[in-house]
Amino acid sequence: MRALLLRDLRLAMRAGGGFGLGLAFFLIVVVLVPFGVGPQTELLARIAPGILWIGALLACLLSLDRILALDWEDGSLDLIATAPVPLEAVVSVKALAHWLTTGLPLVLAAPVLGLLLNLPAPGYGWLTLSLLLGTPALSVIGTFGAALTVGLKRGGLLLSLLVLPLYVPVLIFGAEVARRGAEAMALTTPLAMLAGITCGTIALLPFASAAVLRMNLR
Amino acid sequence: MASIWEYANPRKFMATTDVVLPWIAVTAALTLVGGLIWGFFFTPEDYRQGATVKIIYLHVPAALLAINAWLMMLAASLIWIVRRHHVSALAARAAAPVGAVMTLIALITGAIWGQPMWGTWWEWDPRLTSFLILFLFYLGYMALWSAVENDDTAADLTAILCLVGSVFALLSRYAVNFWNQGLHQGASLSLDAQENVADVFYHPLLVSIAGFVLLFVALVLLRTRTEIRARRMRALLLRERMG
Repeated sequence: MRALLLRDLRLAMRAGGGFGLGLAFFLIVVVLVPFGVGPQTELLARIAPGILWIGALLACLLSLDRILALDWEDGSLDLIATAPVPLEAVVSVKALAHWLTTGLPLVLAAPVLGLLLNLPAPGYGWLTLSLLLGTPALSVIGTFGAALTVGLKRGGLLLSLLVLPLYVPVLIFGAEVARRGAEAMALTTPLAMLAGITCGTIALLPFASAAVLRMNLR
Repeated sequence: MASIWEYANPRKFMATTDVVLPWIAVTAALTLVGGLIWGFFFTPEDYRQGATVKIIYLHVPAALLAINAWLMMLAASLIWIVRRHHVSALAARAAAPVGAVMTLIALITGAIWGQPMWGTWWEWDPRLTSFLILFLFYLGYMALWSAVENDDTAADLTAILCLVGSVFALLSRYAVNFWNQGLHQGASLSLDAQENVADVFYHPLLVSIAGFVLLFVALVLLRTRTEIRARRMRALLLRERMG
């Protein structure tokens, strides 16, 4: 399992696109928003938490089809599936690798991009915390979507259609934590809900992903 | 009376629905037309809402079915996963577009109703938002069905998607509750008579709901039959090419 994780990380780093693409996309979304809504700092400060969350979510979405599609194309997915490791573990490791290469850089970049959007000072910690809690769920849910669409030719667009509605609860609670943090309000409830959703998806969704992958590999 | 699982046999299913379907269709048409005419022309106007209240006879049944169609798909998907009856998978597939259209009807009639009442076509109210999300789930479900080429794989994948989607749809339902306060009224129908709409509106509403349910059953049966026939035809064509 560790070998699989290291392999995925190494592939993502050496093939490029893993770290870079998602981050660049995140940066571009955040830079484009002021052009769209105007440069008033009060307005930007109000919408900053939501924009940062949506940007991170879209950047995450961008790299989802790479989780399994490359392995599917060159046949290594079949080898991994026949290896003496449960498929549930394989899927979890894949999600972890995706999070380490996409989610974690986004979390680290978010406060810097928050500066661009004039995020209020109390918001930085909560924004980072909410993304840190929420992005693992995005990766796990995304792996489920990737497993659903792995064998399809026009899988990319379908993947976003399938995954985006599943992202709704994470986005709602995550952005709510960031917003309340920025406005220095009480945020225990959304924080607990966000953590609960993340733990629940990490615990349960790999089983669904593995089941779906088994059907696709049949 | 034989067990319900007998209808998992496509031949038995086709033979039975062949007899039953016309009756259901005709009853559906009669109840629907009766309920709507009763509702539209023979009920008094609401003292505050005027004639706009009559859109309730389209809005409430459509909304009711939008949710129950998904529940039916969930049940059919579970049956497919556990007992692997093809008719069940095909029924789930057949119900999806009908459910999606019901969701759309509920959203559109709601907008038409909301415009004079709330002064807005759309409001990010929890009920409205969760219906929009439900609509997205229907779209994804149908897209996945049509994207996968192998029929059995498609049935498996969509069944799992339906299960996972149900959990997330439920989560979203409560998440949006938390995220915005509601403008929509509470339940229009409940066992608690105090909460219900007044009786003059209630009885025609029940009739049109019955009409919508029958219409749904008829459409799903019809579409399932079409799917079964399409599959048989494909099998025949394949056999011919082999021979």
